[in-house]
Amino acid sequence: MTAPVTATDLITRAQVEDFLYHEAALLDEWRLDAWQELLTDDACYYVPSNDQPQSDHRHALFLIADDRERIRQRIIRVQDPNCHAEYPKSRTRRMIANVRILGVEGDLITVAANFVCYRFRRYERVREYVGAYRYLLRRVGDGFRIRERRVLIDAHELGNLGSVSFIL
Amino acid sequence: MSVRSYIIDDRERKTFLLDREVLVSEDILRQEMAHIFGRCWIYVGHASELGAPGDFRSRKVAGRPVIFCRDQAGEFHCLFNTCRHRGAIVCTQREGNARRFMCIYHGWTYGNDGQLMRVPGDDAYASGFDKAAHGLRRPARFEDYRGFWFMCLDAEASPLHDYLAGAKDYIDLVIDQSPSGQMQIIAGVQEYDVAANWKLMVENSVDDYHLPSTHSTWLNFMANSGVKIEPPPKEAGLVLPTKGLAVELGNGHFTTDNVNFRGRPVAKWIPLYGEPAKAEIDDIRSELVTRLGAERARRVADTNRNLVIFPNLVINDGSSVTVRTFYPEGVGKMHVTAWALGPVEESENARARRLDAFLTFYGPGGFATPDDVEALELVQQGLANWSEDRWSEMSRGMGKEGEQLNSDEHHLRIFWRRWNELMGAAA
Repeated sequence: MTAPVTATDLITRAQVEDFLYHEAALLDEWRLDAWQELLTDDACYYVPSNDQPQSDHRHALFLIADDRERIRQRIIRVQDPNCHAEYPKSRTRRMIANVRILGVEGDLITVAANFVCYRFRRYERVREYVGAYRYLLRRVGDGFRIRERRVLIDAHELGNLGSVSFIL
Repeated sequence: MSVRSYIIDDRERKTFLLDREVLVSEDILRQEMAHIFGRCWIYVGHASELGAPGDFRSRKVAGRPVIFCRDQAGEFHCLFNTCRHRGAIVCTQREGNARRFMCIYHGWTYGNDGQLMRVPGDDAYASGFDKAAHGLRRPARFEDYRGFWFMCLDAEASPLHDYLAGAKDYIDLVIDQSPSGQMQIIAGVQEYDVAANWKLMVENSVDDYHLPSTHSTWLNFMANSGVKIEPPPKEAGLVLPTKGLAVELGNGHFTTDNVNFRGRPVAKWIPLYGEPAKAEIDDIRSELVTRLGAERARRVADTNRNLVIFPNLVINDGSSVTVRTFYPEGVGKMHVTAWALGPVEESENARARRLDAFLTFYGPGGFATPDDVEALELVQQGLANWSEDRWSEMSRGMGKEGEQLNSDEHHLRIFWRRWNELMGAAA
């Protein structure tokens, strides 16, 4: 149920930060069913190709351009022991900083944040994914749900980051 | 000069073994740079990436920095991106439009046809200094087949048209998706490293034997999306729901040629595309039939193929069309570059469907490629035991006469025989 947003119903950065930290913990702990509960029914998840960070997935090749159903299928896949790229699962640890509320329109909040996600696999050196998150959050009751989640990777090419086989 | 064979190709006992040293040896990598990458035609780029005179792309082709560009008259060039003066890279932008490339070190400036235009303080040189002889160097040969541009470092090589041999027919089949015969590279490039020898990507690109075990999560996803994944027909060796062949195309090129079950943007609808897409896919299909006739339209729409152009270009005409090339960055590491290819006249919805279909399987975030990468990296890790466990087994399908399946290893053997022929004589 969506509560109406009033002028007195201010959204603070701390509230948004709490939400993003909670999301990061769920992802790092591979609690992906709980993570899916943070999504709206029309949620999208995008990772543009490194050379086209500002493009639209309908016109340019992305690395990931999932609608809600595709996200559901992606979660089924990465939880399957036959998802070889993630079995054994990567250990990840993400740091989120520079959180900013860029705008509020109706019940939708545009949020920017920086991230570093360290990924560890056996016998491998750490891989460091660095970039920016762009969220469209929907205000739902006292909390938020993710309407859109866009991950902009700073590296000019994926290079030794290899695959994006986990939820970045 | 002695001749070394890296393969045991025993046609009487019907066994084929590959010496694993070829996947781990620094010496062999050095020889490959001369005898494979120094002699074969290597893919540079597609004409559609340079729409106008002056357009350029700087990239590495088989590890060599080049400028792929068009001059003011619109002619295509491939220039070594290395200043004739002291060797610096002269074009540092990834892409753009420029009349000239200026080296930032001392200001030597080249036209977009490679000619040296300006040398600051050129009166300090002896009178014999000849600007015309100091244009950017370029590969000995640079030719295209229907918009696919290749370079060759060997001046004596046969023309590209001859080199491509039977691969041309399959390139034509891909291009036939376009009503005007024009395909284009779509914006957005996937560039990623794989910690494995580059030749393992050649094998993986056409090896349909691995699909059920490596890609079961993709098959499940397809089934969850309403695509019928039937058990393989009762015929020896089949591992996929439909039949596919491995086809030799000459000069080390080969392809799979498969009856499609996975959907095709041009033009076979599957539930994954959604009901609203049905009408447009029907229209795309009737255009094919009108233009090409029923039989050729069936070839374009109802079959798919993974084509290898020796040594390092792969065109996957499957769930979408990828153009993928890769080169070694050390013996246990390769750099992969992958683009999406589509008909120039595609509608916005058809283009979006093509890009979406691409991501269902291919690329670093796709539902299949990351598991291929994992498989190749596991091979490379396992090869650390190569000196005690020396031979890779590649005999699948040798026991029978006649046609070879996509899940046999006939096409892998074609690659390795050609590679061995080019390398073995040099050992």
